[in-house]
Amino acid sequence: MTSVPSTSSQQPPQIVVLSAKEWLQKNLFNTWYNTLITLGISTLLFFMLTRFISWAFTLAKWSVIPANLPLFFVGRFPSDQYWRLWIMLGIISILSGITWGFLARNSRLLFSKNTLVTLGFVGILAVITPVPIIFRFLLIGMLLLLLAGAWGGKTIGNTQPKLGKWLPFSWFLLLIVCIWFIGGGLGLKVVQTNLWGGLMLTLLMSIVSILLSFPIGILLALGRQSGLPIIRILSTIYIEIIRGLPLITILFMGQVLLPLFLPEGTRPDRILRAIIGLTMFSSAYLAENIRGGLQAIPRGQTEAAKALGLNTPLVVSLIILPQALKVSIPSIVGQFISLFQDTTLLSIVGLVELLGMSRSILANPKFLGRYLEVYLFIGILYWIFCYAMSVASQKLEKQLNTEHK
Amino acid sequence: MHKCGSLLVATLLLVASLTACESSNTTSTNTTSPGGNSTPASNSGTGQSRLDIVKQRGKLICGVDGKIPGFSFVNESGEYSGLDVDVCKAVAAAVLGDPNAVEFRNLDSTERFEALKAGEVDMLSRNTTWTISRDSSVGLEFAPTTFYDGQGMMVRQDSGITKLEDFQGKAVCVEAGTTTELNLTDAMRQRGIQFETVTFQQADPAYAAYAEGRCQGMTSDKSQLVARRSTLPNPNEHLLLDVTMSKEPLGPLTVNNDSTWFDVVKWTTFALFEAEELGVKQDNVDQLKTSDNPNIKRFLGTEGDLGKGMGLSNDFAANAIKAVGNYGEVYERNLGEGSQFKLPRGQNALWTNGGLMYSPPFR
Amino acid sequence: MTTNGDQKIPLWRDDRFWRIALQILVIVIVVSVFALLGGNLTRNLRQTGNNFGFDFLKTSAGFNILDSLIPYTPTDPYSRVLFAGLLNSLRVMFFGIILTTLLGIAVGVARFSDNWLLRQLSLIYVEIVRNTPLLLQLVFWYGIFVQFPLIKESLNIFNSIYLSKQGIFLPWPSGIQGIIGLGILVICAIAAFIVSKRRTKVMVERGESGQPQLITLGIIGIIALLTLTVGLNWQRPMFNPTTNTIEGGLRLTIEFTTLLVSLVVYTAAYIAEIVRAGIQSVPKGQWEAARSLGLKSGLVMQLVVFPQALRVIIPPLNSQYLNLAKNSSLAVAVAYADVYNVANTTFNQTGRAIEVMLIIMATYLTINLFISLGMNQLNRSVQLRER
Repeated sequence: MTSVPSTSSQQPPQIVVLSAKEWLQKNLFNTWYNTLITLGISTLLFFMLTRFISWAFTLAKWSVIPANLPLFFVGRFPSDQYWRLWIMLGIISILSGITWGFLARNSRLLFSKNTLVTLGFVGILAVITPVPIIFRFLLIGMLLLLLAGAWGGKTIGNTQPKLGKWLPFSWFLLLIVCIWFIGGGLGLKVVQTNLWGGLMLTLLMSIVSILLSFPIGILLALGRQSGLPIIRILSTIYIEIIRGLPLITILFMGQVLLPLFLPEGTRPDRILRAIIGLTMFSSAYLAENIRGGLQAIPRGQTEAAKALGLNTPLVVSLIILPQALKVSIPSIVGQFISLFQDTTLLSIVGLVELLGMSRSILANPKFLGRYLEVYLFIGILYWIFCYAMSVASQKLEKQLNTEHK
Repeated sequence: MHKCGSLLVATLLLVASLTACESSNTTSTNTTSPGGNSTPASNSGTGQSRLDIVKQRGKLICGVDGKIPGFSFVNESGEYSGLDVDVCKAVAAAVLGDPNAVEFRNLDSTERFEALKAGEVDMLSRNTTWTISRDSSVGLEFAPTTFYDGQGMMVRQDSGITKLEDFQGKAVCVEAGTTTELNLTDAMRQRGIQFETVTFQQADPAYAAYAEGRCQGMTSDKSQLVARRSTLPNPNEHLLLDVTMSKEPLGPLTVNNDSTWFDVVKWTTFALFEAEELGVKQDNVDQLKTSDNPNIKRFLGTEGDLGKGMGLSNDFAANAIKAVGNYGEVYERNLGEGSQFKLPRGQNALWTNGGLMYSPPFR
Repeated sequence: MTTNGDQKIPLWRDDRFWRIALQILVIVIVVSVFALLGGNLTRNLRQTGNNFGFDFLKTSAGFNILDSLIPYTPTDPYSRVLFAGLLNSLRVMFFGIILTTLLGIAVGVARFSDNWLLRQLSLIYVEIVRNTPLLLQLVFWYGIFVQFPLIKESLNIFNSIYLSKQGIFLPWPSGIQGIIGLGILVICAIAAFIVSKRRTKVMVERGESGQPQLITLGIIGIIALLTLTVGLNWQRPMFNPTTNTIEGGLRLTIEFTTLLVSLVVYTAAYIAEIVRAGIQSVPKGQWEAARSLGLKSGLVMQLVVFPQALRVIIPPLNSQYLNLAKNSSLAVAVAYADVYNVANTTFNQTGRAIEVMLIIMATYLTINLFISLGMNQLNRSVQLRER
């Protein structure tokens, strides 16, 4: 029934090339019950696939997707202001390209076979997307910008590797610029927050919340580890209470209770309230992730630093935290993935992020009852983002594991 | 330096409250910060009325539902339209002289009162039923009713259900957080009917579940049912039972303890009824300003000081009518013959035509 | 500590001073912030005229809920409707935790199957489910279940299971006899567990054949089977064409089913990953040693690998169970009357935000505490006892 798991620490086994028949024999039909399982699964899969394909090509009405593409991606953002978002996307593409090129500056080939296949696939997608022709050109343009940025990043990385430290800073700057592009003001037409929506809002909420919860999470983790009893108790209480509550109740508190605790008549914007709720929630979880990292740092580190005559704040900020953060990067990425998924709950408190937007599209009389098509579509969108992030975090983990032992 | 998390939470909250405070006395909401567009506080303590705030801001912020066709709905061109929306526009025209100086905020039934009391919106025009508890303990003021409604029940034509008694052992879909739920339970209890409620927090999923056949009946205000029926795949397959489970007088509302502002909303609404009674229409307002009828003259502000007493210009009613038309026109355009709903006026006709719409005299 | 006994160090370099000062500062800030917020709160509450208190729980709720385990009528007070909601929550959590554990372990173990198809299938399942939001899966399942036929033409499987929009109807034990039968079944299960543990013990430690225990197990099995078939007084759901309803049996509303299925499917993917990591953490030598003792591969998993893997598996399971418990509050999206949904309605009807929030907080924190306590007990029983 079971086979010995392969653990990565051993030498790779001899690769034995099996013929198709042998492979089938070994992997699918080696015992009577395996044969049964194989046949059972095959029938089930066949049945499900045929049902699905016949549904997808006959019953399903896919027109709901192209008809609402802008809504899915940017919500009810005024269409005369789309140019701002395209500029924003362009800048993001360039910077992502530069970052990618910079990180891959030491690899021989910038575009490996897999990358080329992916890029080609994305390019084809951009061409066949059922949007007005101008948008298709724009999408291709974005892809080209990305490639140009990658090439540029690689050259810069090889000639001026010192510039790399500006990358995180420029990303942070870009976020602020993005918020300006979306919200307007300072010479751009103001777009009310109730017009922000779709995937744009999902990404914005999750990125802003995770960034805000970083400093809070670090402080909470340090507080829970600290030798000062009062601070430790307070941090512990906060972390445990937040982690014991469902996110929906915290969002509900943010929407309903927050105004009650504020001076009479002040009522922060709905988006801001949701961000506060998400931040309060994720900072507690982040604190626990970082605390795990802190616990992984040997005590000798602290003692050695103290022996050098550093005082506590310096020990923490220069010696302990950087190492702890490095250890906890994978779990932090995991936290970000779950936060990204959790933004769907904002649709329950009335924001129109990707899921909320989809539900309001489904309320449109023209598209009533097209659940499965819409949910499959946005499910794929969510899946792409989350899967990409989890693969990235696994790669990171592999890289980091080799160093910290 | 060890710091502690709660300190940070505290500072965060402090910062949040400070930023909120900071913007609480701004004169205009055209803040450049994209995220937080907080609105001025209600300042009921300082004696400043909403009216002054709206005038300073140069814009009215009106809370609507945003999802009820015929009352407040974003049409294909991205414009808000509907009866509730027109009331907002009329108030904006009366106060600021510009019907388009309105910003609409979509509020769902669970947050509407909180938003109004916190001053996030200046007024609600959102299918809200006037009840004693809302008027007293919740702390609201109800302007005159703009739509007399009653709770009804929508069923499929082929379901064989003709009266509430037929719901024995069947399911009804309902939206939570409204009086609807309570009225339904009361009506069924009086008749001793055992039935099931499927309670949704939002209207959209509730109607979707009804359309899918999860429930045999869907209950809500009749106006909403009629509006929603038109959005179902085959509107003719659904009908409204001949039952009225409740009185639902719907109208605009403001916050307690600000009678200056309340008067403005109240009398602007009355002006729509009065205009219909006087025969003042959107296209004849300017001609009638020179009419001989003293009532019309007073009403349109060419005589007397009716507006001044409220802190408005004397031609406030004329501006409102010019913006949206009289009540009859508003009704016909959004719900009556000029719309897809073709709702008969019924109780919403003028008192002179056997309805309930009656305005106190403008003198 | 950097104190040099005889040298007087300046105050701002003294760690001890900072320790105390910092804590005092924190206390002052926290207290003042709480005072500020509390002041705002009381003022705001006074404005709305709602004095803080739980008296409203005694007033009649006036709304109906779907799926109550206790008799509930709309005239009952809010406290009762909240209690009914709590029971609904506990029901989902209880069955959810059991089912998700079974599914999770099955999927996790399937990753080590000899069968290539099964391995791939479990991998695909985990990757799809973990990378899409739970709420999306929830509305997706609801979209599927709501496509069930109307009650008139409900799907009928073996004349004993009905699928319809009104819910899923299953045969269910009924009456006093059913309760007694269930009791017998529980006793049988416990007895079988004890005997089988005993059997493996004597087989492994004393090298006996385990024959007597096997016979006992057989007897227990026969008793259980008899109880199952005749002793439970199964009541099959029956379609009644005159009233157009299905009567008898157990009814699971599609709201409950949706919530249960999506929670189970979602959490199981995470549990499968935990199980996989746990099994991989068992050194390879253990497998080989067990094989060389001549154990069959199924038994290797059961007797050698899995018990050791359990030590790694159980601690993270706790947080998955807590997640499941907390995620059950998403019932609000599919109209299932769990405690959060009912509390939300209560808040809408009474406007008592603070009180309702406190009730919700207390409820979830208590539930979490109990789950954690139970898991700690379990953890203690499987961890290595150093002898």
